[in-house]
Amino acid sequence: MAEEDMMDEEGGGVIKKFMYVNRKAPYGTVYALESLEVVLIGAAFDQDVSLAFIDDGVYQLAKGQETTRIGMKNFSPTYRALEMYDVEKLYVEQESLDARGLSADDLVVTVQVVSSAEMRELMDQQDVLLNF
Amino acid sequence: MKFGILVNEGPYQHQASDSAYQFTKAALEKGHEIFRVFFYHDGVNNATCLGAPPQDDRNITDRWSKLAKEHNLDLVVCVAAALRRGILDANEAKRNGKDASNLADGFRISGLGQLIEAGIQADRTVVFGD
Amino acid sequence: MLLHTVNKSPFDRNSLDACLRMAKEGSSILLIEDGVYGAMKGTRAESMIKGASGKLKLYVLGPDLEARGMRKENVIDGIQVVDYGGFVDLTVEHQAVQAWL
Repeated sequence: MAEEDMMDEEGGGVIKKFMYVNRKAPYGTVYALESLEVVLIGAAFDQDVSLAFIDDGVYQLAKGQETTRIGMKNFSPTYRALEMYDVEKLYVEQESLDARGLSADDLVVTVQVVSSAEMRELMDQQDVLLNF
Repeated sequence: MKFGILVNEGPYQHQASDSAYQFTKAALEKGHEIFRVFFYHDGVNNATCLGAPPQDDRNITDRWSKLAKEHNLDLVVCVAAALRRGILDANEAKRNGKDASNLADGFRISGLGQLIEAGIQADRTVVFGD
Repeated sequence: MLLHTVNKSPFDRNSLDACLRMAKEGSSILLIEDGVYGAMKGTRAESMIKGASGKLKLYVLGPDLEARGMRKENVIDGIQVVDYGGFVDLTVEHQAVQAWL
């Protein structure tokens, strides 16, 4: 990719396509929470950010999370706050939803549901893919 | 090329730190540059100076410290993940009212921004995890 | 084109499965750590990998095979065995690395 394509309007910093790939369910492990923390901090760097939710990662976005009785912090509202950080490209794989009997209506935030083929293309366009 | 390495798991529990180390070594041997090795999640536990593994096996922390010294590597431990898990340098120990610190030689504690910066500055970012 | 790494056994996690679903034709997959078991002949996962060998370039990390007592002769035909140096070269040859954990 030509350097010029990656420069932002001021021609100052480089802008790369960062994709955060989420494949793990929340609460059973820390990855979902700590991955979100990277997204929030990363937002300040004005990169071209997207989030992909694949496999059990789609469960991170499930509505109605009530964590009082497991004694953990419910961090699902944070996904709704992402647009305030200009992180708006949230892609969820259709096949992962289907396998889990979920639809976009079951999710806590508006997302773009994409086919495996579309997700494949999106991934192939990235400069940096962070997996947790 | 310049590499950014992300290590998501602690020493011994998973192979991630070992794989990252071997990859890093191989990249250096080929004349590449390591922009930064960033330790996140339980990966911060690679930076404890209190590890005392058996003598007949590799000392994962020391190995990283040595490699860092030989090649002037930047080994960065995420402050948020480190505080959660009890990996502290003298500064953080003081700030958090702890009476001890345990950060190993060659590592430094810093923010998640350092990971993003590595992704931006490096030509390739390679992730090692579970 | 991406380099995809898979570090878990196909009998343990669905990572290899997810990777094969998402790997674009012409990209590469490198099996590392416990992922190397996916490279062996005679397993239930063999057809999964063989089905991909036409569209994807397949590699397995030699040191991880040896560590696990898996013999190179038993690696599925068409999967190339590389060492850590080869792993490094693969990352250089591809635009980015996607780690399927």
